[in-house]
Amino acid sequence: MTLSPRRGGLIIALSILLSLLLTVLPLPEWVRIYRPQWYTLVLIYWTMATPQRVGVGIGWLTGIIVDVITGTLLGQHALALSLIAFITLKMHQRLRLFPLWQQSLTVLVLLLIEKLLQLWVMGAVGQPAPPLLFWAPPLVGMLLWPWLFIILRDLRRRFQVS
Amino acid sequence: MAVVVSLALMVTDQRLHHLESVRSVLSVVLYPLHFIVDLPQSASLWLSETLASRSRLQEENQQLKKENLLLQVEQQKLAALEAENMRLRDLLDSSFKIGDRILIAELIAVDLDPYRQQVVINKGSSSGVYEGQPVLDANAVMGQVTHINRFTATVLLISDARHALPVQVNRNGLRTLAVGTGRINELELPHLPNNADIEEGDLLVTSGLGGRFPPGYPVAEVISVSREPGQPFARVDARPMAHLERTREAMLVWTLQPLETLENLTPSAGAETTEPHPEPTQEQQP
Repeated sequence: MTLSPRRGGLIIALSILLSLLLTVLPLPEWVRIYRPQWYTLVLIYWTMATPQRVGVGIGWLTGIIVDVITGTLLGQHALALSLIAFITLKMHQRLRLFPLWQQSLTVLVLLLIEKLLQLWVMGAVGQPAPPLLFWAPPLVGMLLWPWLFIILRDLRRRFQVS
Repeated sequence: MAVVVSLALMVTDQRLHHLESVRSVLSVVLYPLHFIVDLPQSASLWLSETLASRSRLQEENQQLKKENLLLQVEQQKLAALEAENMRLRDLLDSSFKIGDRILIAELIAVDLDPYRQQVVINKGSSSGVYEGQPVLDANAVMGQVTHINRFTATVLLISDARHALPVQVNRNGLRTLAVGTGRINELELPHLPNNADIEEGDLLVTSGLGGRFPPGYPVAEVISVSREPGQPFARVDARPMAHLERTREAMLVWTLQPLETLENLTPSAGAETTEPHPEPTQEQQP
């Protein structure tokens, strides 16, 4: 399929939208705390693959949307996601060359940074310290990364998003 | 840049209330997201209602009739008691709540931040919901409305760690605060001295002192009291009577008595709630 650059934007927007849906999808109580940070994973992928289109701005916007739909402090996710986008932007060329498992490890670090920023914000506004399982989602995210990467890469090649 | 903006946003959102309108506009735009996520659940509910068998419906109908009868019998007693109460209060020259208006709302099945105790309901400012409005379920107090937009509202549950609720012990009128713990089935009563008259099984009801919740609604039941001689305060835990984790419907309450009269009546009300509490009382807007 040959597509105009506008259509590529549609694919990016749709994948981010889907990740937001997955974020608020109701899950049983015991799985809830393991829910990976879908929006961060998708954002990392697009920043890495198409750094000229997706960057800090899109990251910030996604973060604000996440804040509104999950009812957290306005700006909490925006801060974390714009920083993640910035770091990914800085190292996107290295990231692309990594083998998949090494990429997963890098993604784990990025996801942990996001969680750490969240923790700081929560501490600053006086929410109680979360349990140890607070750190579980990045691990789940790391395990999911190879699959997500392959799916999004195929999508990108199919629709020639660049 | 983005970092600075986010930090500024967070500070304003935490300390001031200017961003409420921004949030509500954004959440109207994002309402379809919540709607889509809720769709499977509401569709399955609708299906199970539409395709229910006749015998099951009859059974349910019979059961409801029985329940209605029982409730009506109790209602008779209540009417007489209320009239008597009003008369006695007339004698004492003090006013009492006239009554409450109630609207039933349904919970929207979306998951919010797992570390905050919040739910979303399907009634918003178009139904007259206002910020700080009390929300009940069939048994007891659930929480209060914190964010509203046109079609939905976010309710902060009483079990959230940033929520404190003025309560009194139903048995003897002892006033205190019930503070959320962040766990859905537990509240804390942190400011009771060791010699306070409180026991396991005591019923806590709203005292109405904060000016947000109407007085007299059940809140929680005391489940454990431990007094350590070395500690200045007793450790008292309570379990919310509302089924916070199971309920599907919530009731929004409008108190018909205007707020001002309540404050005129009890000028010490503000002092009473703030007195034993080192942190800001009432609830803080998130």
